[in-house]
Amino acid sequence: MQVNENSKEFKPLIVAFCCNWCSYAGADLAGTSRLSYPADVKIIRVPCSCRVNPMFILKAFEKGADGVIMCGCHPGDCHYTTGNYYARRRMTLLFSMLDYLGVDKERVRVEWVSAAEGQRFAMVMNDFAKKITELGENVKLGDIRCKK
Amino acid sequence: MQEITGLMVKRAKELLEAGEVQRVIGWTTGDFCYDVTPAVFTKAEDLEEGKFVYNSFCGSNLSKYLIQTLRNDINAVNTAKAMAARKGENPDDIPGPGKTLVFLKPCDTYSFNQLLTEHRIDKSLVYVIGVACRGMADIEKIKLMGASGITKVIDAGDKLEVKTIYGDKSFDKKDVLLEKCACCKGKEHKYADEVIDPEPLPEGEGKGPMDRMAGVTMLEEMTAEERYAFWNDQLSRCIKCYACRNACPACTCMKCVFDNPRSGVDSKANVTEFEEKMYHIIRAFHVAGRCTDCGECSRVCPQGIPLHLLNRKFIKDINEFYGDYQAGEAEGQRAPLVNFDAENDVEPSIVNEKGGN
Amino acid sequence: MQRIGVFVCWCGSNIAATVDVDRVVEAVKTDPNVVHAENYQYMCSEAGQKLIRDAITEHQLTGIVVCSCSPRMHEQTFRKTAEAAGLNQYMVEIANIREQCSWIHKDKDEGTEKAIILARAAIAKVCLNAPLQPGQSKVVKRALIIGGGIAGIQSAIDIADAGYKVDIVERTPTIGGKMAQLDKTFPTLDCASCIVTPKMVECAQHPNITIYAYSEVEEVKGFVGNFNVKIRKKARYVDETKCTGCAVCTEKCPSRKGRNEFNCGLDTRGAVYIPFAQAIPNVATIDATNCLHFKTGKCGICAKNCSANAIDFEQKDEIFEEQYGAIVVATGYQISDVTKFDEYQYTKHPDVVTSLELERLMNAAGPSKGVLVKPSDGKHPHDIVFIQCVGSRDISGRGKCYCSKICCMYTAKHAMLIREKYPDVNVHVFYIDVRTPGKNFDEFYRRAVEQYNVDYIKGMVGKVYENEKGGLTVQAVDLISNERVMLDTDMVVLAAAIEPSDGVKHIASMLTASIDTNNFLTEAHPKLRPVESPTAGVFLSGVCQGPKDIPETVSQAGAAAVKVVGLLAKDYLVTNPCTAHTDETMCNGCSSCERVCPYGAISYIDKEVMDKGVREVRRIAQVNGALCQGCGACTVACPSGAMDLKGFSNKQIMAEVDAICK
Repeated sequence: MQVNENSKEFKPLIVAFCCNWCSYAGADLAGTSRLSYPADVKIIRVPCSCRVNPMFILKAFEKGADGVIMCGCHPGDCHYTTGNYYARRRMTLLFSMLDYLGVDKERVRVEWVSAAEGQRFAMVMNDFAKKITELGENVKLGDIRCKK
Repeated sequence: MQEITGLMVKRAKELLEAGEVQRVIGWTTGDFCYDVTPAVFTKAEDLEEGKFVYNSFCGSNLSKYLIQTLRNDINAVNTAKAMAARKGENPDDIPGPGKTLVFLKPCDTYSFNQLLTEHRIDKSLVYVIGVACRGMADIEKIKLMGASGITKVIDAGDKLEVKTIYGDKSFDKKDVLLEKCACCKGKEHKYADEVIDPEPLPEGEGKGPMDRMAGVTMLEEMTAEERYAFWNDQLSRCIKCYACRNACPACTCMKCVFDNPRSGVDSKANVTEFEEKMYHIIRAFHVAGRCTDCGECSRVCPQGIPLHLLNRKFIKDINEFYGDYQAGEAEGQRAPLVNFDAENDVEPSIVNEKGGN
Repeated sequence: MQRIGVFVCWCGSNIAATVDVDRVVEAVKTDPNVVHAENYQYMCSEAGQKLIRDAITEHQLTGIVVCSCSPRMHEQTFRKTAEAAGLNQYMVEIANIREQCSWIHKDKDEGTEKAIILARAAIAKVCLNAPLQPGQSKVVKRALIIGGGIAGIQSAIDIADAGYKVDIVERTPTIGGKMAQLDKTFPTLDCASCIVTPKMVECAQHPNITIYAYSEVEEVKGFVGNFNVKIRKKARYVDETKCTGCAVCTEKCPSRKGRNEFNCGLDTRGAVYIPFAQAIPNVATIDATNCLHFKTGKCGICAKNCSANAIDFEQKDEIFEEQYGAIVVATGYQISDVTKFDEYQYTKHPDVVTSLELERLMNAAGPSKGVLVKPSDGKHPHDIVFIQCVGSRDISGRGKCYCSKICCMYTAKHAMLIREKYPDVNVHVFYIDVRTPGKNFDEFYRRAVEQYNVDYIKGMVGKVYENEKGGLTVQAVDLISNERVMLDTDMVVLAAAIEPSDGVKHIASMLTASIDTNNFLTEAHPKLRPVESPTAGVFLSGVCQGPKDIPETVSQAGAAAVKVVGLLAKDYLVTNPCTAHTDETMCNGCSSCERVCPYGAISYIDKEVMDKGVREVRRIAQVNGALCQGCGACTVACPSGAMDLKGFSNKQIMAEVDAICK
């Protein structure tokens, strides 16, 4: 979480894992098309959504992320044919587990964004950032994370 | 129990003496009769009753012990061969490791199959004797129900006769079952070279009286706040002794990520609360789809954390999302997390849609 | 400790306007691993690159971070720069502060803050980079073209002329595609057949080209330079090697109920047929669904009349495998479904036709032998209405959002040809906009209006209905005069949207080539790599990539061919070294990784491993670096973390997470 000194307005910290072939390219297209979304979103490039280890997501929360979103190619369009199918199962189970532990389930999300969907990328990020801003600081995961 | 133990000892001795097996993995007792631990026997004379036990406290799942036992034996043979070669002798004269006899209860055989699937053990080196089980007792429950200073526990059918320094007590076995036995999956062995079961139950009988998923469902029905409080309370008791991991037959990594300084998630006893949770989430995730629900994690936890509720959540989700799946049902299954159904798999957003509290 | 250099690009004002590049430089200098940082106007320019090379030498840098545009744009450029200065090219990381920062944020403070964080993440990652050496893989010198229309034909001829073997796989019985169905082509009005059939013949006769017509791609495995493709040759029930194309069988066939696809179903054909006289290969095909032999077990008239003894009712589909170095997708288009626009009566009235149907009605080889007649009664029409944008530029959701690009021109062509041949016919065109960019295009359209007096009316048609005289009435609004228009006419021609062929989705997923929301194949870069798919070794030719006319298709086909030739000219390809690898002391041999690998790149061996002083034989996963494409599925399937991905290792990604969440 970052607090803007001037306004003390809540600025969430959002980590977005994007696959290189679709979503990262979609983010580039959003940029090329000058479609804005909050600067709170920081993108980490991975080759494929199936590269995203649940540990990365938990690590992000541990270090203070307020929301984590994973984007990949639409099911069926994976550059590596099947990567996002595995990612889909892994994330479904992980998110369900986080919910089971009582963590806000809206803080994690998976969205499929193709390389052609710059507009959708911006829309997804705006929507997610709005949701996380509404949820506010990640108190629940915050309580259980290292606060130094 | 007396009778079956006799049969097991007799059969183990026969196999050892005939050279069919070179060693036996079974249970032995410690200072207290209920303090039962796994043990390896290599000589027939060690298999005297009293040293080799099979009683209501043999909850531990021996399938995992095969991994290290087989590894040690193979390494010993290879070392001997290397020594022989160095001395100019023919290494082929060194005998192989031979077979290992292991006694497996019905639930343990699921783990055995899972280990076969994951190539963690070589079944040609194992002789499995499936042993009947009517549920194992939880000494903590017995103690909680007022028995202290226990000197002896005698199996008497549905009852446990507990002798203590303060007098004798009797318990209904069904009241003191281990959690995993109260939700027993069934009395059928999923793998065995032979089965010792003097009084077999009719087919399909012997399942535990409790609904396996009742605990998970109960938690799911709570509000997020309640669940959060529940798990905070439970997991904050974790002392990171790693007993759950060490006993777990699915946790068989050569090097666990939590012991590996290069993994980025390694940690020692002095950890933050987040790390405690992360450890348990990751551990449950690593065994998701591979966990046979043998219940060892909860059984061995010195802090009494109901760890099986994490694993069962994954099992329940897998069954609901991807169809019923029982890990270890048979050798060679494809675990749900290394599998997919392109058309029918649910989207992760189902977690939001499910409308949990 | 690493010695990292950070280079912040202004990209003119593209970055510098929203990101305070000086502040970024100052901020990254505080990182203990950073020994040098500077900014420059255009890092990708020769001067900028020299700056980087000099800094690498001067400061003995062990890694560099370039804060610039997307790595998809210039990662390769800066890798080469590093290599030129003697630094391993994989010691380079890009912080994307243009597309994912300066271009989307307006506030300079915000942009600068984010740029600093992105730079820090890249620094954290590059500190953990390891020098990597790319491997090599052999190139199979043969290309596959999927689709035998003009796009596929042109690509095939160009590749074949360069001296490489080419196979064309076409799913219909003949190559030629849509172009063979056309009557005339705009803006020159030369006859389509007269220009496409020689090309078809050239394909057939070319020593380097093999045509597999009536065949489909069944499975694609492998990777650039070495694709392994299964092709299904569908049973024609005619032995291609024996059939002489004499067409006697097609005349004798008693079943006349087959829909004549070549004539858009305007007439019927026999169950044994040759699509058109110039078909290549010129052999007959039996359509088993209409053939009396397959229905009743009797008949066999074709076999009795075939002097070449070519009919073979026992023929089965044949599947064979072939290796290719490159694949060109030239699957073309189809006319979109106009039944959704039934206010135009397409399904109800035979005199409402699509433009492609009109093309056949006007073609000398068509069902009416080139005489324009109404399909309903075979009589001469006196008035024709063209409706533009049927399903194109549609925002109602029934059609396509895009412009089909060719309709304005072919409608002008149709109008002109009709007015030329039948001056008594009135022609009206209802349009939203007339779009005629292109060489000699607008002149062509103006000729239609000025010289041929075609009545262009701006406005969309609300509905078409059958009037009491049995003709059609078109109801519309003229947007210029703002008046309601009621027009009685004899025929209505719908300029239906074109869409990618329906098989393209399946082909794209076999090739792992991405497609957009309209099912057009995506190019690697919309401007700079328009004929390449993002999937290496897969190239795009023709309308499968987006609507285009014949000249554009032919030029794109040629461009794709050049790319293929450039690839096939190499004996070896440099392989991506960012592949998975196993830590042998940690691998459990559990096979989880093997199960999720889409390339079969992981196998297991029993190997002696030295771990903590103990030597033992273990079952260890092995990655074939030539097969591994670096997706990383295995790394997450592996519970112990023994499997890791070079270039995107667990530690690197976690370091990025750490840097971002600081």
